[in-house]
Amino acid sequence: MNNIIIYIETEGGKIADVSLELLTKGRSLAKELSCKLEALLIGNKVENLVDELFLYGAQKVYIAQDARLENYLTLPYSSITIDLFKKEKPQIALFGATSVGRDLAPRVSSALVSGLTADCTSLEIGDHKETKSGKEYKNLLYQIRPAFGGNIIATIINPDCRPQMATVREGVMKKEPLASAVKGSIANIDVTKIVKDEDFIVEIIERHIEERKIDIKGSPVIIAGGFGVGSKENFNLLFELASVLGAEVGASRAAVDAGYAEPARQIGQTGVTVRPKLYIAVGISGQIQHTAGMDQSAMIISINNDPNAPIHQIADYAIVGDLNEIIPRMIKSYKLNSK
Amino acid sequence: MTKKFKIVVLAKQVPDTRNVGKNAMKEDGTVNRAALPAIFNPEDMNALEQALRLKDKFPGSEVLLLTMGPSRAAEIIREGLYRGADGGVLLTDRKFAGADTLATSYALSMAIKKMQPDIIIAGRQAIDGDTAQVGPQVAEKLNLPQVTYAEDITGFEGDKLVIKRRLERGIESVKTPLPAVITVHATAPDCRPRNAKRLMKYKHSRTLTEEQDNEHNSYLPLNSADTLRIPEWGVTDVGGEEIHYGLSGSPTKVKKIENIVFQAKESKRMSSSYEEIDSLMIELISSHTIG
Repeated sequence: MNNIIIYIETEGGKIADVSLELLTKGRSLAKELSCKLEALLIGNKVENLVDELFLYGAQKVYIAQDARLENYLTLPYSSITIDLFKKEKPQIALFGATSVGRDLAPRVSSALVSGLTADCTSLEIGDHKETKSGKEYKNLLYQIRPAFGGNIIATIINPDCRPQMATVREGVMKKEPLASAVKGSIANIDVTKIVKDEDFIVEIIERHIEERKIDIKGSPVIIAGGFGVGSKENFNLLFELASVLGAEVGASRAAVDAGYAEPARQIGQTGVTVRPKLYIAVGISGQIQHTAGMDQSAMIISINNDPNAPIHQIADYAIVGDLNEIIPRMIKSYKLNSK
Repeated sequence: MTKKFKIVVLAKQVPDTRNVGKNAMKEDGTVNRAALPAIFNPEDMNALEQALRLKDKFPGSEVLLLTMGPSRAAEIIREGLYRGADGGVLLTDRKFAGADTLATSYALSMAIKKMQPDIIIAGRQAIDGDTAQVGPQVAEKLNLPQVTYAEDITGFEGDKLVIKRRLERGIESVKTPLPAVITVHATAPDCRPRNAKRLMKYKHSRTLTEEQDNEHNSYLPLNSADTLRIPEWGVTDVGGEEIHYGLSGSPTKVKKIENIVFQAKESKRMSSSYEEIDSLMIELISSHTIG
C-alpha cells in the first residue's frame, strides 16, 4: 500500500526506454520515501519482460495479460489501471509522456479525481506548508515542468489527492539497471473480472509502427539548427558538418515549424531530450523549451551572430559570428587535423 | 441517407507563447500577459477544420464552438463563425477561475451534457500548458470513448467514425462508435481561412457582456435584431456541484514559479576567425570528443 507504481509501456514485445528510465528514477524516490517500487505491465504474453523490470528495481510487478490487450486501447487499459490504483492506493504513479501515456494518464486521473502533471522534467520529494490554513504536508512529490511555452518553470504539487500522478518524457531521466536484479514478486491481475465487453467498442483496424529512422538520441555528437539558420538550404551546411563528424542533425521547434527540418529531428520540451558528448547549437537563441532538451550535454558549442543570445550562457564555447563562415571553417579544420 | 451530426469543437484562447519577445516577463518575474497577443490555440484550429470537413460531407450538420475563459474569449467564437461554424457558447464565470485541467474538464463536460453533441472535437493540447489532458478527461467525465492524436477523420462506416491517428513512430486507424471525443494533432490539415461574407455577417456578434460594455457599443449596428448573440453560460446554466469548479475542483496546486534563469557556466567566448576555430577543433579531436 502507498507505494510507487510505474506504468510499463511496451511496443513490439519490448519495454519502452521511458519506462526503464522511470523505474530508475522510481528507485531513488522509493528509497527516500521508504516505500516499495512497483510496476504495472499490461499486454499479451508479456510475462517474459518481468526479469528486465526486476533488473531495474521493481519489487513487485502487476501483470494483466489477455489476447485482446495485444495493442494499447484506451478503455480496457484505463479500466485495469483505475482498478489497480483503487485497490493498491499508490502514493505516486508515473507514466511515460508518450502518445500512450498521455492518452491513459489523464483518463485515469479524471476517474480517480487525482491531480496529474504532464511532461515533468524533474521529480523531487519535499514538504509543503499551506499559507492560508497553515496545514503542513510531508514528503510530497514536487512535479517540476516548464510551462507557458517554456518561459517559466513551475513546481506543481497535489497536497490532498492520491495518487500523485505525473508523465515524464523519454530521455529526461537516466536509465540505469542494477548490478543484480531484485528478487521481486509477481501479481497476476484477473483481466476478465475487470475488463468489460464495452471496453472494446473502439477497434484498431490498421497499424503501421516504424522503427525510428532518425536516431538523434543515440548520437554522440549532434549539430542542431534553430530558426536563426535562416533557410532549409542553410540547413544543408549542418548536414555537411554532421556527415564529416559522423554526427546527427537536430533542430529546435522554431526551425521545425518553419519547415527547415522534419519533426523527428526536434529537440526540446516537445521533442526529444538528448545528452550527447558534444552538442553544437547553430542559430539557436536558447529558449528554455529547447535547452530543457539538451542542457545535460557533456559539452555545448554555440554559434550565433547575436552576442546576447541566451544559448551562449550555457555553452562551453560561445562563437559569435556568421554560421556560413564558421561551419565551412570547422569542416576544413577537421579534415586537415583528423588525419 | 442524410446523416447529420451535431459537433462541438472545444477551443481555447491562449497567449501566443511561440512568439515570446524580450518583454514577455515583467521585472518581478511574472508573465506580462499584455505583451503576448491572445490567439486561437493552433491545434484547436486543426480541430475546427476536421469539424467543418464533416459538415461539408454531411450537409445539415451543425458545428458549435465551446470555449471557456473571460469575456474577451468571445473572440474565439467569432473567429469560428468567420470560418464556417454555426454558433458557439462562451463558458464564463468567476467560479471557474483557478481551474487546473481536471476542473476545466468538469466545467466543459457539464456544458457538453447540455449541448448533447454526437461528436466532440478538440485540439490535442494548448500551447500555454502543453498538457494534452483536457480531451481525455472530458471523455472520462462523459463516459465516452476517446481518440487522441487524430490526424484525419477518414470515413463513416456503419454508424462508426474511422479516424487516422498520428503516433510517435507511425500511424494507427481506429473505428469508434458515437458519441466520442476526438483530439486533433498539429499534423492534421490547417483550418480554412475566414470567409468574407461570413466575416461581414458575424463581426457584430456579441455576448451580452460585450454589448453592455460601453467600449464595444459604438461598434454595434443600429439595428442589431439580426445579429447573432453569443450565449454566455455560467455555473448556474450548466449545473453541477460547485466544489468541482475552479480552484476547489483542482487537485494540483502551483507551489512555485521560477522565471528562467540560466545557470552561470564558464563560457569561453570565441571569435569566428579560422585560427580560433582551428584550435577548438584540434582540442576536440585530441580529447576524442569528435573523430
